[in-house]
Amino acid sequence: MTAPLSIEIDSLSKRYTLGKQVRGRQIREQLVEWLSNPFARRKGEVIWALRDVTFTVPQGQVVGIIGRNGAGKSTLLKVLSRITYPTSGSIRVRGRVASLLEVGTGFHDELTGRENIYLNGSILGMRRKEIDKHFDAIVEFSGVAAFLDTPIKRFSSGMRLRLGFAVAAHLDPDVLIVDEVLAVGDAAFQRKCITAMEGLRSGGRTVLFVSHNMAAVENLCSRGLWIDGGRLRMDGNATDVIRAYLASYTAEGSPGEALQTAARRGSGELRFTRIELLAPDGAPCRILQSGDGVTLRIHFRAERAIRHPNFGVQLFTEMGTLITETSTDLYGHTVASIASGEGFIELSFQALNLMPGRYAVILSANSPVEAKTFDADVRAVVDVEASAAAGTTRALSSRFGIVYFRQRWNTDGCQPVGSARDAGALTG
Amino acid sequence: MTGAKTSVVSLEGPLAGHAHHPVSSRGEPQSYLSELWSFRELLFFLVWRDIKVRYKQTGLGVLWAVVQPLCTMAIFTVLFGRLANVPTDGIPRPIFYFSALLPWLYISNGVSNASMSLVANNTLLTKIYFPRIMLPAGVVLSGLVDFAIGCCALVGFILYYHLPLGPKALIWPACVALMILLTLSLSTLLSALNVRYRDVKYAVPFVLQLWMFACPIIYPASLVPARFQKLLALNPAGGLIDAFRSCLVPGVPIHWELLGISTLVTAFLLLVAVAYFRGTEQAFADII
Repeated sequence: MTAPLSIEIDSLSKRYTLGKQVRGRQIREQLVEWLSNPFARRKGEVIWALRDVTFTVPQGQVVGIIGRNGAGKSTLLKVLSRITYPTSGSIRVRGRVASLLEVGTGFHDELTGRENIYLNGSILGMRRKEIDKHFDAIVEFSGVAAFLDTPIKRFSSGMRLRLGFAVAAHLDPDVLIVDEVLAVGDAAFQRKCITAMEGLRSGGRTVLFVSHNMAAVENLCSRGLWIDGGRLRMDGNATDVIRAYLASYTAEGSPGEALQTAARRGSGELRFTRIELLAPDGAPCRILQSGDGVTLRIHFRAERAIRHPNFGVQLFTEMGTLITETSTDLYGHTVASIASGEGFIELSFQALNLMPGRYAVILSANSPVEAKTFDADVRAVVDVEASAAAGTTRALSSRFGIVYFRQRWNTDGCQPVGSARDAGALTG
Repeated sequence: MTGAKTSVVSLEGPLAGHAHHPVSSRGEPQSYLSELWSFRELLFFLVWRDIKVRYKQTGLGVLWAVVQPLCTMAIFTVLFGRLANVPTDGIPRPIFYFSALLPWLYISNGVSNASMSLVANNTLLTKIYFPRIMLPAGVVLSGLVDFAIGCCALVGFILYYHLPLGPKALIWPACVALMILLTLSLSTLLSALNVRYRDVKYAVPFVLQLWMFACPIIYPASLVPARFQKLLALNPAGGLIDAFRSCLVPGVPIHWELLGISTLVTAFLLLVAVAYFRGTEQAFADII
């Protein structure tokens, strides 16, 4: 490795003690606790958010950090940003570090857009001169020039976000630490953010980037770190690490009836058991064809009678992009109360216009009445194949995007060559 | 965050068995001071934010900075002057009360605002690194604006009563410096305590109220019997406020002994406060 190391992390661990031990508390409570049970061992439940994490990052590398919720990604970024301190292990970071764990950190409602640019910039570590220098560019990037002298309490949340990101995009650090800030905002804004991050990459800066958006990680990062249960599970080429991570999620995901339940949450009073795919004629099928209708028959078992449950279905691409989300409640369909025992629900799509590829269906069941989740993050894998029935002559493929819309082209408005009006246009 | 001046930012866990790194965040005093220096612009912006925000959307604006001491002075003049007839060492009552109220209000407002500063800014603490002490320090420094405006009123009183200022008025700036250090030390200590024990929020207003009566504000220090004088000075604001008053008025001696003891107590408080703050700041983000 010829490039000098930008980040060195050696057997880093971070322990949190759960329970009221760690909360801001009153002296009286502590006294009462001591008096009422003087011999109790005063130890809360201990969890290791990070355990023996060791890695180095050479200067200029863009590293994506992936992992499930609660795997320790954010703790890693917080320790790297010096917000919280490691229980053991050491960290060395060379150069100016900027950490972006939130967009618009330190914005003050009462201050104007202009004032907040200065405040936020200096909180993020910019010098006053730098802010002066970049001020016009920041304003332009944010697109809120007209509201510069308005207190930001009157800003919409989108405007705040744009302003915050505009400041962040003009940071000039040696090491940038970014946590999932791209998860918010509309598509145009996200594209802007990604472009800005690409600029950082080409500028030779070291970037650590946490995200659940696998497509963004794959696009931006050359290297991936997979954090699982506080440990570094895999370190390598970003595409390989993403593959392995997704594969674990889908448990070597093969399409079929079996559900992947590794990430399952919920009380368990209702559990999904299997899923069937039915063709429009009602026959079970294993693989879907682009453009065909399909019915998902989702089987469950309820441990008790449940009043008006709500069933939800999300459809994701293999890279983790949400395509659509729906639920019985969302659709306006109130499910009658169900008895304990087995049952199933069916969700039919008239035409599943997905481009060929592998997709994930995520199931959930909850009760809005009881404010309770019974089962969630249960996953099934669905393969979609190209089909002539979709009405195209060329084979569809995933490189044309995610969805395919039933369509009709009309070229009557084009004058064909040889017509009176344009005669000679091609020859002359 | 930026380590603009430092080329290497390192940190170690308390249990780490590693050799010391070039710049450790738990390093020696001079590296802490140089870190504070590299964040001086942030301190400026925090002070600026506090000042900007304080009187936004108020009708009177900065006038509030003089309304509070003037009204308090007027009430004291009537209550303790006309009704109770508390002696003032022959000093005109408005000067007597106002010269003491200015530093007292700076201390008490500073302490009560700054002790909440860490908890109030918890979103900053959990999202970004900077020397944590900047938050209480910023609030303490921003109070100087109110203090300066109050001083204009004080100058007005001095001119109105034709007070001839003697050479001893030269210690007035030193008193201001001591006042800032005292407020800073209490604010630092209480803001750090407040992160762990929210009792501070309830205790501070109440203790400040009692503390005011322990200071020679409504009575002159000379009213305190000689054997309790030292006790008065152990209250670090006691000797200080007395000096604030006596350095302006001719014929009233400065109680050097009281001022000296108050200075020592303040220095001790500052050491304790900074040590406690530095010892606990690493856990702020985890327990706030």
